[in-house]
Amino acid sequence: MADFLLEIGLEEVPARMIAGAEAELGKRVSELLTRERLLGPNGELTTYSTPRRLAVLVEDVLASQADTEEQLTGPSWKVAFKDGAPTVAAEAFAKKAGVAVEALERVENAKGEYVGAKVKRLGRAAADLLAAELPKEVLGLYWAKNMYWRAGKPERFVRPVRWVVALLDSAFVPLEIAGIAAGNASRGHRVLHGEAPVVLGKAADYADALRKAFVAVDVAERRQSIRKALDKATRTVAGARWREDAALIETVVHLTEWPTVVLGDFEPEYLALPEEVLVTVMRDHQKYFAVEGADGKLAPHFLAVLNTQVDDEGEAIIRHGNARVLRARFKDAQFFWDFDQKTQLVERVESLKTVTFQKELGSYFWKTMENGRVLQQLAGTLKGAQVPFDELALYKASLLAKTDLTTELVKEFTELQGIIGGLYAKAQGLGDIVSQAIYPQYTPASTDDTIPRTVEGQLLGLADRIQTITGMFSIGNAPTGSKDPFALRRAANAIVKILAESGLPLTFSDVVGASGEVSHPSGKNKDAVRVGHLDGAEDANKEQVAAFLRERLHFYLKDVRGFAYDVVNAVLAAGADDVRDAMARAEALTAVRGSEDFAAISAAFKRIKNILRQAEEKQFELGSAKDVSLSAEAQRLFDAAATLAPVVAELRQKRAYREALVCIATLRPVVDAFFDKVMVLDPDAAVRGAHLGLIDEVLRGFSGIADFSEIVTA
Amino acid sequence: MPLSTIESSAVVSPAKPAALTYQELLFRLQGFWAARGCVLQQPYDVEVGAGTMAPETFLRVLGPKPYRVGYAQPSRRPADGRYGENPNRLFKHTQFQLILKPPPVNVQELYLESLEALGIDLAQHDLKFEEDNWEWPAGGAWGVGWQVMLDGLEITQFTYFQQCGGLDLDPICAELTYGLERIAAFLQDVDSIYDIVWARDPETAAVVTYGDVRLAEELQFSVYNFELADVSKLWEHFNSYEAEARALLDQANALFAKEGADAVEKRRFPLLATYELALKCSHLFNLLDARGAISVTERVGVIGRIRALAVGVAKAYAMQQGS
Repeated sequence: MADFLLEIGLEEVPARMIAGAEAELGKRVSELLTRERLLGPNGELTTYSTPRRLAVLVEDVLASQADTEEQLTGPSWKVAFKDGAPTVAAEAFAKKAGVAVEALERVENAKGEYVGAKVKRLGRAAADLLAAELPKEVLGLYWAKNMYWRAGKPERFVRPVRWVVALLDSAFVPLEIAGIAAGNASRGHRVLHGEAPVVLGKAADYADALRKAFVAVDVAERRQSIRKALDKATRTVAGARWREDAALIETVVHLTEWPTVVLGDFEPEYLALPEEVLVTVMRDHQKYFAVEGADGKLAPHFLAVLNTQVDDEGEAIIRHGNARVLRARFKDAQFFWDFDQKTQLVERVESLKTVTFQKELGSYFWKTMENGRVLQQLAGTLKGAQVPFDELALYKASLLAKTDLTTELVKEFTELQGIIGGLYAKAQGLGDIVSQAIYPQYTPASTDDTIPRTVEGQLLGLADRIQTITGMFSIGNAPTGSKDPFALRRAANAIVKILAESGLPLTFSDVVGASGEVSHPSGKNKDAVRVGHLDGAEDANKEQVAAFLRERLHFYLKDVRGFAYDVVNAVLAAGADDVRDAMARAEALTAVRGSEDFAAISAAFKRIKNILRQAEEKQFELGSAKDVSLSAEAQRLFDAAATLAPVVAELRQKRAYREALVCIATLRPVVDAFFDKVMVLDPDAAVRGAHLGLIDEVLRGFSGIADFSEIVTA
Repeated sequence: MPLSTIESSAVVSPAKPAALTYQELLFRLQGFWAARGCVLQQPYDVEVGAGTMAPETFLRVLGPKPYRVGYAQPSRRPADGRYGENPNRLFKHTQFQLILKPPPVNVQELYLESLEALGIDLAQHDLKFEEDNWEWPAGGAWGVGWQVMLDGLEITQFTYFQQCGGLDLDPICAELTYGLERIAAFLQDVDSIYDIVWARDPETAAVVTYGDVRLAEELQFSVYNFELADVSKLWEHFNSYEAEARALLDQANALFAKEGADAVEKRRFPLLATYELALKCSHLFNLLDARGAISVTERVGVIGRIRALAVGVAKAYAMQQGS
């Protein structure tokens, strides 16, 4: 029983890759120890990481595997022993098994009597096994980007491996990774500790020994200390709070071994720039946290997370240095903002011709024209549905939506596209409706992002994305498997989310229909897109796009909204064109599916489907119940269905799905009785036809909300 | 008008009189790396966009032969010019470029020592190595590494070269690119590059600033690059340099493919001159780009033409070294 420590010392690993690698290393080590029967009953594994190391500490690792005994079976007894004397076959088997011939035993199994041998296998020592197996596990870690560094390029890894520690308690595990022999010497913080090795007496000392060398190896500990330090530094400004930013916290956690925080200031005059710009500069370019005052508005301070600990003088120097960089960046942003105002958005439309949207399709000018065309269609549908919106502002927003791509500020801060356009539209007096439509055109960017607030913004978002998807599909750029280089799934998810969470009375058919025929620019690229013009190709493309949207709706209902997969299947089988309607049906179905009556009905519908399929295979004709005299049970089902059908239809009409489903569930006793007593596939063709006609009607009449046969019942 | 930024140059960094001048900074870096076995080269005398493009990097990293070299390289990026009006942006900045082939195992520690040699007391600063991978598509070159951040300022690009001229490298080499103007402005604590003290007379303490030395150049080249460079002439130059480079490359390829070609013949083939012609094309492309003369559709094609030259030279050069 021992503690096992493995530490791989590296040059600075990219922050975004560390957490995944730490978890994977833990998993690999744990699986290796389990597979090799080296984990004791109290085995517990802890992982650690900093930018310069990945580590695993396992308690209760056995010194060696337990010995095992294995029963081997050889040739049949008759072949192995003739008149009680061993034959060549017996000797060969004994040799192979590594036992004396005298030790062979008689074993019996179903096929007869055979020769058996019990073989003892000695367990291997943990140190040997780990030395042999661990390097493969470590070098097998997944990294988003690898590199070579050694001559002859023997291995690839995220960054060069510079030291390795591998200890079973205090004993070295003789392993070698990337040409580095493991020992007990770790390294401390580059500056605060320096180059002297941190020698570990035993594995369990790891975290404490490194803390003394100014390295906090526990990620959670660093996260907490950064949060505390941010709080503390912010308290020096009355009423101020730092802006929560979970992603930035993770980044700085993985950029530091010994984090501290310094609060710095910038000139309040820069607060005249939009918050979006200031926060982006601070967060994305400098990895600073923004600070807000008691009023929730940005305050002229920033918080930098340092990877060191300094005295007051050092802190003043570092604060000054960071403020200097931030000032220069703000000055740049200010310069770009002012410079951009010299050319109004309206004057930029023409220059979109020089910005490529997609090589085979066209420029952003082309894209703008296409979006306008799609919007016109959507606007027409909305007007028909009496939805109020500002049509002129909508077209203005659409015309200007992409112009910010030509501004210096967006060239510098690409992540602010759309937002900058919205801010400029406002600054240039184009009105709130236009600016509020342009601003959020790229949201929702993810499933937990919000949709645009205004109808104009929602429409612009729909038009832009469906145009992109249809255009990309028309030139064969549909996503396949895990490959989605144009982020079309994200675009389609956004369409679904906007339709689900806005009040727009639009269906997939409306949206896909509005995308119309992709107009391909003429010129030398014509050949590449000719397929889009072939007869029927356009329709096939649209059907492909519609299917793609339905697939995304399935994802939305199941993974975003959390509906059970069978509910989603049942609901979408009954119709997947109207997103909000599908949601309402899924909610209703979820509410009733637990009831006993409903489960029985689902089972009955499944049965109906099977019977009808069989009937079709056997080419039995469907008849009418009126042609024959039905049994009492069949007649009762006929009557119940006839009474219930109009009630259910009316409830469906009112979208009172839950009530409709409850209503359908009341069919249960008559349905049960029917299947109990009636032989559906009656030898008499007329009776059989009447039965089939009856259940077919029941199935079709009550499957409009959901295909219950998809429901999985216990 | 453009001289407005120079107003503050009279106020010379009173906070840190002891900070290194711009030229002292270069001396220190050169001295530090010379003492660690590096060849000190002079700047390459053909226009380049970065120190990487100078043959001391681009060609020397190919093949198995170890090499250590350092040089200051004025790097021209016409589109980055701001007429001398922006305190942080230059048409031509200077990189101190260092190639360590192969990299020693303590390359990061050596790098940190070089910072100390510049008078940066690391105990009083915050230093981070943040992921930043580098690539030069037209040169078929890429590597992985970091931007080194000192108190939030990127002062060095640190790259492990993986490929160059479309060729896999072995050994790998480490490339350290120090941004001299940034480091000087940081050390001297000035907000404008033009206020950097370039030299100080040891007797009179009179200073010459970066602005004194370079402002006119920034202004005039911005005017040329953005306004007056003759687009049709630039294309002519481009086509003519390209044609000559291609012709030479064709000859080189024929020679290196020939069975039993004479070794002397191979050794004296002027691939270094061919590479200069490719560099000329690259610079002319940058000028055309700054003039807004290259449409988006043309862009990819022109970069491809430059790439064909650069990669072509690299391949031939590797064969020449191997022969």
